[in-house]
Amino acid sequence: MSKIHVTTIINGDMAEFLADPRETLLDCLRDHLGRTGSKEGCGTGDCGACSVTLDGVLVCSCLVLGVEVEGHRIETIEGMANGSELHPLQRKFIEHAALQCGFCTPGILVAAKALLERNPDPAEEEVRYWLAGNLCRCTGYTKIVDAVMDAAAEMRGAA
Amino acid sequence: MNMRVIDTKFRLVGTRPNRPDGLDKVTGRARYGADFSLPGMLWGAVVRSPHAHARILKIDASEALALDGVKAVVTRADFPTGLTGEDWNLQENTMAGDVALYDGHAVAAVAAASALLAQDAARRIKVEYEVLPHVIDVDDAIKPGAPAIRPGSGDHSVPPQEGVHPDMVRHNVVRNIEFGHGDVEEGFAQADLVMERTYKTEATHQGYIEPHACVGQMGEDGKGEMWVCTQGQWFIRRMCAAVLGTDAAQLRVTPSEIGGGFGGKTTIFMEPLALALSRKAGGRPVKIVMSRSEVLRATGPTASASMDVKIGMKKDGAMTAARAEFRMQGGAFPGAPVDLALYCAFAAYKIPAVEHVGYDVLANRPKCAAYRAPGAPMGAFAVESLIDDMCRELGLDPIEARLKNAVREGDKSSYGPTFGKIGLVETLEAVRKHPNYSAPLGPNQGRGVATGYWFNHGGETSVSLAISEDGTAQVSIGTPDIGGTRSSIGLMVAETLGIPYENVRVNVVETGALGVNEPTHGSRATFASGKAAVIAAQQAIGEMCKRAAGEWGIDPEAVEWYDGAARPAGSNAGKFPPMTIVEIARKMGSTGGPISGHHESVPDGVGNSFGTHVVDVEVDPETGRTTVLRYLVAQDAGRAIHPSYVEGQFQGGAAQGIGWALNEEYVYGSDGRLQNSVFLDYRVPVASDLPPIDTIIVEVPNPGHPYGVRGVGETGITPPLPAIANAIAAATGVRLRHLPMTPPKVLAAIKARADG
Repeated sequence: MSKIHVTTIINGDMAEFLADPRETLLDCLRDHLGRTGSKEGCGTGDCGACSVTLDGVLVCSCLVLGVEVEGHRIETIEGMANGSELHPLQRKFIEHAALQCGFCTPGILVAAKALLERNPDPAEEEVRYWLAGNLCRCTGYTKIVDAVMDAAAEMRGAA
Repeated sequence: MNMRVIDTKFRLVGTRPNRPDGLDKVTGRARYGADFSLPGMLWGAVVRSPHAHARILKIDASEALALDGVKAVVTRADFPTGLTGEDWNLQENTMAGDVALYDGHAVAAVAAASALLAQDAARRIKVEYEVLPHVIDVDDAIKPGAPAIRPGSGDHSVPPQEGVHPDMVRHNVVRNIEFGHGDVEEGFAQADLVMERTYKTEATHQGYIEPHACVGQMGEDGKGEMWVCTQGQWFIRRMCAAVLGTDAAQLRVTPSEIGGGFGGKTTIFMEPLALALSRKAGGRPVKIVMSRSEVLRATGPTASASMDVKIGMKKDGAMTAARAEFRMQGGAFPGAPVDLALYCAFAAYKIPAVEHVGYDVLANRPKCAAYRAPGAPMGAFAVESLIDDMCRELGLDPIEARLKNAVREGDKSSYGPTFGKIGLVETLEAVRKHPNYSAPLGPNQGRGVATGYWFNHGGETSVSLAISEDGTAQVSIGTPDIGGTRSSIGLMVAETLGIPYENVRVNVVETGALGVNEPTHGSRATFASGKAAVIAAQQAIGEMCKRAAGEWGIDPEAVEWYDGAARPAGSNAGKFPPMTIVEIARKMGSTGGPISGHHESVPDGVGNSFGTHVVDVEVDPETGRTTVLRYLVAQDAGRAIHPSYVEGQFQGGAAQGIGWALNEEYVYGSDGRLQNSVFLDYRVPVASDLPPIDTIIVEVPNPGHPYGVRGVGETGITPPLPAIANAIAAATGVRLRHLPMTPPKVLAAIKARADG
């Protein structure tokens, strides 16, 4: 099948790639663009490990075709830190031991950042429901929720 | 040089520093199994049986091979013959021979220039099958008329069944276990209450979020390399070499970061296929990444179980006798963890007479793998549920009754060995004092208590440590870091050397860098690699004391190590200012060369870990849905090196157990095909399903470890199954004896009681 040329902006930088029309955005990020931070845990939109934002909207990149992102802006885990300065969520995840194997972590961080952009002061229950699309099998979620709440407080200046 | 580390105040052990691999893992830089690629790499795809049991009549790959860019196809004909025992089982599971034994069993594999092309090619490999009768359920597999899954493999030492299971047929029973002590009949005769019930649990999957992935490369000369997500690179090496008929030392295996394992990544599945394809494709590396559906259909879930338990109890709660008969299927291969389940079943209790009987049964399902405390959760579900019913019947407090029977130091365990220092009583007392245990309960709410047990495993261990020129230390370990091992080992080494935590780098290394290491399994990484690392550090300290002694012109025995420096052991030894690790390391090139430490052994002194869980649930009487309101884990950690990651193990084990209790199961259709092979249908707990999980770290130090460590990884999944069943019984008055306790099952039980 012939490939289609796609131009997009990833983490603020212009990117071009050739996509087979059957390839997902996740395939293109990982296999064509060398951005392997987004993970495939299921390929069916159930685990959230591939979470990215597309024009600011949280999506599973395994449910978006690569050819669909022509002209759109994508943010991935690789763009979350500001240079060498970690996003507060990233820092709090390390401090709270909110990761064990770390495989779900990129997707959860991207999803949590999208939550805090909508609501900087979420209740714990809202964090749990917002992250219900991100599976973690190691932690039981307690420390993840703690880390998100703590990062939110710090970002509000309430910590 | 004398060091006393037990029962002293620690500088670092017990603190909570950031993990050294944290930065890579929050930025997406950490490289997991599927993140690795090589120049000239091909992609592999696997053709799998759509039938539960079928004879393979013909495989025609000509259409696939005709596609441009398809480089190799392998079938069982490409593997050596004549393997025996577990090697044969591994080979048979890697690639079916004459008969496909379960839905998802690999029958062929193809390598091509891209992932999509490999998938296209796999679809064009035509396989003709003759479908055979199949059997899925463990009790069905031992009924008369059940199809023989592997004719001739039945264990004919299994005695003809009299009494208990008169109808049991033996051709699918591959192992029979019996052990015990005391006179159980006499024990039951002395009891005030004897109860016997039957319990069932369904197969569940470890559910690690990272699917299996590897890149394998092998030339015609049998030399090869592999990059793979695994709990044990040496296991991968040995198993792949056996299946392919090559020499283990010619294969170099590098572990990637690992996205969860829970036992499921201690063995091989598609890894030999990547190597076989590479060898056939002229040595080009081949990458294989499983889909989630492949993970669920064709890797190693846990066994399913059917269990009879009988217990005798006095009015005061003292147990007089107990009997367990467990039947478990572990797929179409021997290896259901029925032995381990039986060892743990009554391990928490001092019972005068116990009898254990177990049957390892074949069924047309994937070959089971280890899953966190393999077998123990099922046994605990049966035993702890029955104890709970008996406590209710006798009006006993569940913690009091457990304390009455609890094993203590010096007691002989139900499975033989005598316990050393253990912390079961401490966990029971700790939960009783916790506020969760006295929190008020509302309507339709109930509280459940259960205890669980798991061993620790020592296992082959090899660790190297080297002092760098600037006085920092690098440690090479062979147990992949799944949940913070680099932190815990870094803390222990830094503590021992007397240097900052940040000055130690712990690397998980490939098979060429150390002697054989068993995987990160059996709750052993912090215990075994940690103990070996401490001994290696002590060796390096000995050498550094020697270098200082040489400089000072005194006897090495007159030098001691304190706070990161060598110093004279007393005033008689001479008056010299302390010589720091930095000073010694800087000069080591001229004082005798590199300074290192190395230790390899099968570490002795392994401990074990008891835990007690308390859960409150609310059951909706309209729908049967169970909501977990509060959850408390108390477990003996010996000593928590990095308490956050110990808590993480407790919380993670509880969450997996909650999923197993309430929701997770392998669902098969009447055609023997797995019906729920995606995460939408195989639903693991999500954040909104769970409350915060509270923890109590009980610390009864293990005298067999320099810092008192007990492995903590596995025990936490053992109590949740019965704890939740007990809580549901308390909330509703109905007892569920078949997992999972889904809303329809709970509702049906509530209705049956109302109607009855």
